[in-house]
Amino acid sequence: MAKAEFDVPELQEYVDVPELQEDTMAHVKSFVVTKPEHNTDLGFPGELVEDWHDKALEKLDDLRGRYRSLQVFLDACVKCGSCTDKCHYFLGTKDPKNMPVGRQDLLRKVYRRYFTFAGKYFPKLVGAKDLTRETLDEWYNYYHQCSQCRRCSVFCPYGIDTAEISMAAREILDSIGYGQKYCNEIIGKVHKIGNNLGLPGPALEDTLEGLEEDMEDDFGVPVKFPLNVKGADILLVTPSADFFAEPHIDGLIGYGKVFHEAGASWTLSSTASEAGNFGMFIGSYENMRRVSMRIREAAQELGVKRIIFGECGHAWRVAYAFLNTLAGPFDFLDQKYPAPQHILEYTWEQIQAGKLNIDKSANDDMTLTFHDSCNVARATRIGDYPGSQFETPRNVIKAVCNNYVDMHHDSIGERTFCCGGGGGLLTDDLMEIRVKGALPRMTELQNVIKDKGVTHMAAICAICKSQFTKVLPYYGMDMDQIVSLHQLVSNAIVLTGQVTDDDEAESDAESEAEE
Amino acid sequence: MAIEVDGKSLETDEEGYLVNLDDWVPGVADIMAAEDDLVLGDEHWDIINFLREYYEEYQIAPAVRVLTKAVGKKLGKEKGNSKYLYALFPYGPGKQACRYAGLPKPTGCI
Repeated sequence: MAKAEFDVPELQEYVDVPELQEDTMAHVKSFVVTKPEHNTDLGFPGELVEDWHDKALEKLDDLRGRYRSLQVFLDACVKCGSCTDKCHYFLGTKDPKNMPVGRQDLLRKVYRRYFTFAGKYFPKLVGAKDLTRETLDEWYNYYHQCSQCRRCSVFCPYGIDTAEISMAAREILDSIGYGQKYCNEIIGKVHKIGNNLGLPGPALEDTLEGLEEDMEDDFGVPVKFPLNVKGADILLVTPSADFFAEPHIDGLIGYGKVFHEAGASWTLSSTASEAGNFGMFIGSYENMRRVSMRIREAAQELGVKRIIFGECGHAWRVAYAFLNTLAGPFDFLDQKYPAPQHILEYTWEQIQAGKLNIDKSANDDMTLTFHDSCNVARATRIGDYPGSQFETPRNVIKAVCNNYVDMHHDSIGERTFCCGGGGGLLTDDLMEIRVKGALPRMTELQNVIKDKGVTHMAAICAICKSQFTKVLPYYGMDMDQIVSLHQLVSNAIVLTGQVTDDDEAESDAESEAEE
Repeated sequence: MAIEVDGKSLETDEEGYLVNLDDWVPGVADIMAAEDDLVLGDEHWDIINFLREYYEEYQIAPAVRVLTKAVGKKLGKEKGNSKYLYALFPYGPGKQACRYAGLPKPTGCI
C-alpha cells in the first residue's frame, strides 16, 4: 500500500492565515470509478463519455435552470474576499483553489464563458475560460477537496453556498461518467444491500445479538436491540458505522439503553439500515430520493408510528430539511411527534421527564468538549427553537457529565470547523487533505486540552468520529479521545435492576461464606 | 496493478485489495505484509483466519467489536480490545487485516 507522504502541519496557538502557494494540492486526486457498475448502478454512464465537453455544458445549463440558487450563486459573487480565510482546507493547505471563492470560480469561469453575454464576447475582461480537459480535471480534484461544510457561506454577505456549487460540479462530473469511486460505490451498496457498509441482514442480526449478550453479561439486564419488529412504535435509522466501528457502536449501545429505560417499543430495520445519504454529497436528487425511499418503505412495512435518526451529521440534514420532499408525506406516522426526530431530542425528553437514572460520576474520568458537526450546526435544529441544534447536545452532555467546557467561540456553533472528512472525503486516498483540513479543529482542541484540561471530545456524526479516530494520532493525540455522545449517556445510565461490580463482589463474598 | 505470489500474478485494485477473492492463498498475506515492512506471526494469523471464517459465513468483515470480542474469548480479555489489534495492524484491523485476508475493503463512514 502506498503510504501518503506529506508534511503534517504543526499545531500553534492559533491558525494564521497562510500566504498563498499555488497548486499545493493539485496532485491530490480521489480515486475515479474504474468499475463501470459503480457509475451505472446510480444511473450514470460507466466511463467518461466521448462528447463530455458538450454534455457537461448541457448539464450545467440544466442545473442552473433546475436550481435557482445555483444560478444566483454563480452570478452574485463580488469578490469581496470575506470567504477566503474561512475554509479549513485552505487554512491547512495554502492552496488558493481551496479558498471558497477560488473553488467556486473553477465552475464560474466556465459558466461565464458559455452562458453570459460578457463572457461570450469579452471573456478576458470577466475571467471567462473555455472548458478544457485541464479544467475538467481541476473540477474533479478540487470539488473533491470540499467537504460541503458551508462554513464559508456563514461569512458570505450574499450567502453564496459553496457546497451547492460543489454538489452541482459533482453532478456534472457524474453525468459524463467521471464519478468518484468512494461515494458511488457506497451509494450502489445502499441501493443493493441497504447500507453504506454493504452489511447484509444476517451479519447485522449477528452483531445485534452479540450486543444483547454483552448487555446481559455486563449488567444482568436484557437490553434489546430489536430488528425488523413489525408493529414497534419507533423505527431507529442510524448510520451503519454504528453497527461496525468504534466509538460509534458505544453510541448505539447508548440508544439501546435509553430506549430500554424509557420502556419504548422500538426496532431497527435491515432494509433501512443506513441513515447516511451520500446522494446529497454527489448532488444527485434522484439518488438522494432513492436512498430516502428505503426509509419510508421500511416505516410503512413495519407499521411504526415514529422515525428517529441516530448520530449522523449529513443524514440529519437530509432528514430534517429534505425528507418530507424526497419521501413524504409522512401522514401515516403519529402526528404528535416531529417526523423525523433526532435521537438527542428523544434522550433529552427522557432526561427531563426523569425517566433515566443518571450517575454523572461515571464520566468523572473525563473532561469533555463538544464538536458541532457542520450539517447539524448549519442546516438543522435538534428541537423546536433556533439554536436548539447547539443547546440540546450540550444539555444532554451536561446532564450526564460533571466536567464540560466549550472550545473557542469562533470554532463552535454555526462557526464550527469541519472535522476535515465530511462530504464524501472520508477515504484513504484523500488522507492528505483530511489531515491538513483538520488543522483548525485540532488547534482549538489542543488549546482546551492545554488550558482547560479537556481529555475527550464528543461528536454526533459517524464521519466526524471516524475522521478524528484517524487524524488525532497525526497531531500527537490518541485515537480514543473521540467519543460518541450517546456513549457518555450510556456510561451514566444506571439500568433498572443492574448488577454492579459491588453487588457481584458482595454475592461472591456471600457464596464464599456459605461454602 | 498486480502482486506476484507463488509465481502467479494476482490482480489488485488501486488500493491494493485483491480483485478476485478466490485468488487468495496464505502467501498473499505474507507478500502484502512484507510491502508494509511487517512480518506476520501467529497473532496476525489468528486475526486473518478469523476474518476469513467470518466473511465466509456473512459476506462482510466483522464489526470491530465482534472481532475484539472473539479475540478476547480466544486469547484472553487483555487482548480483546482495538489497541491490541492496532498494535498488530497499524493501519487498522478492518482495513489492513482485511486486505491481507483477501477480503474486499469495508466502505462507508468508517
